[in-house]
Formats: sequence, C-alpha cells, structure tokens
Amino acid sequence: MTKLTIDELQKIRDENRATFTLRKGESRAKVTVHMGTCGIAAGARGVMTALMNEIVLSGREDILVKTTGCGGLCAREPMAVIELPEHPPVIYGELNEEKIREIFREHILSGQPAEKYALALGSETIF
Amino acid sequence: METAVRTHAMLCGGTGCMASGTMKVKAAMEEEFRKKGIQDEAKVVLSGCNGFCAKGPVMAVYPDETFYQDIKTEDVPALIEEHFLKGRPYQKLTFKEQEKKTSIPSIHDIPFFKHQVLVVLKNKGLIDPERIEDYIMMDGYKALSKALTLMKPEDIVKVVSDSGLRGRGGAGFPTGKKWELGRKISSDEKFVVCNGDEGDPGAFMDRSVMEADPHAVIEGMIICGIATEAHKGYIYVRAEYPLAVKRLQIAIDQCYEAGLLGKNILNTGFDFDLEIYQGAGAFVCGEATALMRSIEGKRGMPRPKLWRSAVKGLWDKPTVLNNVETLANIPQIVLNGAGWYRSLGTEKSAGTKVFALTGAINNVGLVEVPMDTTLRKIIFDIGGGIDRKGRKFKAVQLGGPSGGCIPEAYLDIPVTYEAIEQSGAIVGSGGMVVMDTSTCMVSTAKFFLEFTADESCGKCAPCRIGTRLMHDLLIDICEGRGREGDIELLEEMSDTIISASLCGLGQSAPNPVLSTIRHFRQEYESHIKDKWCTAGVCRDISTFCINEQLCKGCGACMRACPSNAIEGEKKKPHKILQDACLHCRTCVDTCKFDAIKILPLSARSANEADLQYYANAGEGLVESNA
Repeated sequence: MTKLTIDELQKIRDENRATFTLRKGESRAKVTVHMGTCGIAAGARGVMTALMNEIVLSGREDILVKTTGCGGLCAREPMAVIELPEHPPVIYGELNEEKIREIFREHILSGQPAEKYALALGSETIF
Repeated sequence: METAVRTHAMLCGGTGCMASGTMKVKAAMEEEFRKKGIQDEAKVVLSGCNGFCAKGPVMAVYPDETFYQDIKTEDVPALIEEHFLKGRPYQKLTFKEQEKKTSIPSIHDIPFFKHQVLVVLKNKGLIDPERIEDYIMMDGYKALSKALTLMKPEDIVKVVSDSGLRGRGGAGFPTGKKWELGRKISSDEKFVVCNGDEGDPGAFMDRSVMEADPHAVIEGMIICGIATEAHKGYIYVRAEYPLAVKRLQIAIDQCYEAGLLGKNILNTGFDFDLEIYQGAGAFVCGEATALMRSIEGKRGMPRPKLWRSAVKGLWDKPTVLNNVETLANIPQIVLNGAGWYRSLGTEKSAGTKVFALTGAINNVGLVEVPMDTTLRKIIFDIGGGIDRKGRKFKAVQLGGPSGGCIPEAYLDIPVTYEAIEQSGAIVGSGGMVVMDTSTCMVSTAKFFLEFTADESCGKCAPCRIGTRLMHDLLIDICEGRGREGDIELLEEMSDTIISASLCGLGQSAPNPVLSTIRHFRQEYESHIKDKWCTAGVCRDISTFCINEQLCKGCGACMRACPSNAIEGEKKKPHKILQDACLHCRTCVDTCKFDAIKILPLSARSANEADLQYYANAGEGLVESNA
C-alpha cells in the first residue's frame, strides 16, 4: 500500500461500498432468488449466477441478493422477487438466464418492472 | 463468468471462539462452498470477538443477519446446504431462548444483542480486524482526518472534555482533564501510553477490543498525540494476550505502510510513532506509575503520586496514559461531537461501558450498554439470568479485586460511577461476575484477598503485610477458627491498608472484604459464631445430611459421591455416612430436589437421631443452598 492522503481514505470507503452495504443491510434494491429443491431443479442456480454476473457488470454496489426456499408455486420456478424501497415487491416466474438479465436491467437499473415476466405484485397475506 | 459476493459469513475469531474451534469450522465452510460451487458468491470472514462467547464458535451471516451458535465441523455441510444454498435458516444452530426453546434466527431479535448500544464495539463482528480497508470502510480514520485538518489541539481537548468521557480503566478520571494537563505543559518530548494490562479476574473487555478493532485504539492514540503534541506512543499489553498482540502488530504495520503512522501522517506534516510493549503479567503493572516503570525497563513498582503522570510520567516526561476502551471511544467522539456522546448515559457518567459478563449466568460474554442501564437489565435481560434451575441470584461482583459485591437489593441502580460506588463496589474496568445462592461470600472475599496478597508488589508494608494478615484471618474464619471480634479486626485492618498504602492496588484491596461485610454481615457472623457456612462451601465447617421427606431415592447423589459415602435403596431416602463424607459438596450440586441439607460444624458431633432431626426440620431451622 502506498502512503495515503485524506482523499485516498475516502476512496477506500467508496471502493468498499458493496461490502459495507452487505454487512450493514442498507441497500437500494433487494433480489430474493427462490432456491428450494424445485427452484434448483428448474434452473435457479443458473439464474443466480447470471444475476451475480449482471451486478458485477453494472458496477452497482447497493444491491443485496438473498436466497430463499420454495415459494409454493413450484410449477412456475425458477422464481425471484425484486424489492425497491417504497415499492411493493414484484414476483417474477419461469425465469432463465436471459430473462433475469433483462429484468435486472429494466427493473433494477431503470426502475421499470418488467411486466411481461411478472407473476404478481405484493406479498401474500400473512396471518 | 465473474460474479459478485452476495453473502458474508462473519465467523467470530476472538480468543474464546478460536479455542472452541473457529479455524476448523472456517476450513470446513470454505471446502463446502467449493463443493457446492458457490465459493465466488459466499465468503467467510474472520471477525473480532462477537461478544456471545458462551455459545462459541458463533457466526452472523449478512445480509440476512442470521445468528448461528455452537457450530461444529460436522454441522457445516447441512448448514451450507440450508442457509447458503437454499436460503433458509438452519434451525439446529440458531439461538434458542433458554425457557421457551423457540428458535430466533435474527441477530436483532436476540435479547443478548437487542438491549446493547454499541459505540466502542460498533465494529465487532462486522469487520475483519486484520484488514485495514475494513476499518476504513466503517468510517475509520475519518476522525483522524478531521482532527488533523479541521481542529486545533485545544478543540480536540474541548470536545473530549465536553463529552464527559471518564477513564474506563476503573478510576473514572475525566479524560478531557487529563488531556488538558498534558496539552498545557511544555516539554521537548511527550508520550501517549495505552494501558492494555487488563488483569482483573473475570475481565476481558480490553482484550476483546484490541482483538476485534485494533485500529480504533490506534486512531484514538494518534488523536491523543495531536491533542497533546506528543509524537511517540506505547501500547502496553500483557504477553498472555497473544492474539491481541498479533492483531495490534498487524494493524501498526499496516498503518506505517499506509502513512497513518510515522512521519508526515496523511501528508499533513504530523509525526507519530507507535510501538507495543509486552508486559509479563504482573497485576500491579496495570497501575499507571508501575506500568511506566515497566516500559522503562525497570521493575514494575508504583511510585508515590507527588505529581501526575501528565506532568512527569514515562522517563519523567509528560505522559498521557489512557485505558484501551477510553481510547477506542475517542474517534467516535471526535467524529460525532460531544453532544452525541452525552446523549447516552447520565450527566456525570456519559456514554457507554463495556462489561465482561461471567459467572453463574446463562449468556456469558461481552456487552456494551449506556451507563444509565440498570444492573438488573444487564444480568437478567442481556445475561439471561442465573444458569441453574432452582438457584437464585445472590450477588454481582464488580471491579475485580478493587471492587465489591452488590446484593439483590441494589439491582435497580444504574451502572454509573456514582451509584456503583455508593453500593460499595466500583465500576472498575468492567468485570461483572454473577454469583448465585451456592456462593459463600466469605470465601469470595478470601479469594480476592488471596489474589491481591499474591500480586502485591511488596514495596509498601501496609499492602504487603496487611493483605496477607487479612487473608490469614479469612482462612481462619472459613476453617472454623473465627473468633468474636474478627469482623471488627478486619474492618480496622482495612482502614489502615486503605489509608497507608502507596498505590491503588493496596488502597482498594480491602474493598471485597468491606463490601461483603456491609451486605452479608450475617454470613460472617454465622461462620464465626455458629461455625456454619450456609452455602456449604467452607468444607471444614460444613455437615451434610439428607432430608428424608425431600429425598426421592433417585440415587443421583450416590453415583456422584467420590468417596462412596452415600447409601440407600432405590426410591427410599438415602443416607450420608458421616465418617466417610469428604464435605466436597458434590451431592448438593447433584440433587435435583434440594434434599441435601447443610448443617453447622457442631452437627458432626451430634448423634445420628439428632442429626436426622435437624436435617428433616426443614427451612425454619436449616437452610439449604441459601
């Protein structure tokens, strides 16, 4: 490491923003990929890898990716849920690598839900 | 195809968890990540002490904020499959509340973490202490930048003074006042010293801070250097803390490489050098003047305090000496301001305090709370209460060998310097040992006196001879040779030692005795007059006998007895053979029905029928476990 200046300290903070976001949980977008047995069998693994690759390509560091189990609608797997702050979650189904890349660009990067792949808006009623 | 990291498993790398097998778990997890093909998405990070030491190795997974405990290597494959692949908490290893047995996965729902407010420990479990980038990422060295460019030394001293921060090493001397003294005095050379010679039995706050966040201590020291115009610092750490020494050294090396230590720090023209001095572990070296003699290479002994260290300290040069935790508070105060710090705690005891919670308690570990938190909240909400069913809280020991025992009646006082002192103890460095009803308070006082008598450096007679004599007297009382007037004699000796000892070690050594006499005088009296240790700890004066109504004849005590002194038929009351009994108390600890009664020494000479009569008489005459 070379000798630092005050500006370079700030640069280190900016460069590590992704790690910071991840550990502090302060994100702009959250993607939850369904990774139950049904999801994995239907190809969720590839969807996940494609998604993680899109994040790297976008350079964005404020996106959290989580995994979850079976969503109950096994016939429509692989599924993923995208949440932006102040917006209801959008559930996408029957995904593949191309679709998730497209959804990532439209929904997360441009803020427009990709309606043609969306299954539903909001979350189920929890009693 | 390049992928981003989506999840971090912050595995605790504190001394406690390391001893429970952290490194093996780490290797197993990395291996499993590779097997599942997610090594690029999931990362294991070794963090500093998480605080929940009792349940180690522990781990917090982010961004899910799921908390896992007691992780064994054989659990790793299932854990990875469930959590990291399928995204559902692996129930087997999540935190469970003692009574309810419900599983609570999120770290913010666990009472142990929920009630804490973190200032000093804010980075615990969130950063890798061996990576300077992690510290910088969490706004590390931002306060240093501010102090170097936007503040004059007097501004720094003012913010520290206004914050109300007081020395966290024990005495509670206002930190700002100390810095002001150090700043005003002129000298060709000044020093900053960090006291990391933590020696109280049951205390591990400073060790954890040094291990979990070494850069916070270093940043605090450099800021102190700017404020007092000192250019050289020493961190005095005991050699028994190898992990703390290692992590501090890594941090110092990183700082030199990054231009945060040495000449021309951050290109601002300020110079500051820092090195570690390893102490050999003498308790007295935690005393400021003895510590400085030790750094000078001399025998660690205190000197009379004719002048303050800030005037004449290390090599007779002005020296500002602060405790680890005090220094770790500094960056936050400089960054967020005095008002922010003052909003925590009380008027006279501002901010937070880190406590090492140990003893007969469910959640042994490291906790940080605002100073207006009550003892009851710390012990029962955060600590989870007494760890053994049927036993009750008896006392909490604060401040180690210089402190005292606080009984139940005082549990609702806040942990401020003033309130704790009024109760007969001191806040001290933050050791908090919880004792249940199976503890003998006279033996507890004896334990601490043995410690101080042993650690007395021997320079002054009141401490060297006085603590030894007090210890001998306590041995006599515990072994049945106590005499009328012994309590008064102990009090008189305490007075002399307190007023005539040279340093803080001697001046505070009688506190454990005085506080137990104050709150548990009847226990001393029963030891002396009745030769009766009601907790059954003092084996020389204890007689054990089984209450026939309470005994279920389960045989548990019979199997546990090391000298086969218990006999009896199944489901019929058992009997202790008095001649064979070693008075070891094992049966009392084993019995689930509270059937083994503790009687005084005189019961040994009673005939069998009388002995049994007393044991059966119940609570009115004889108390067990209380």
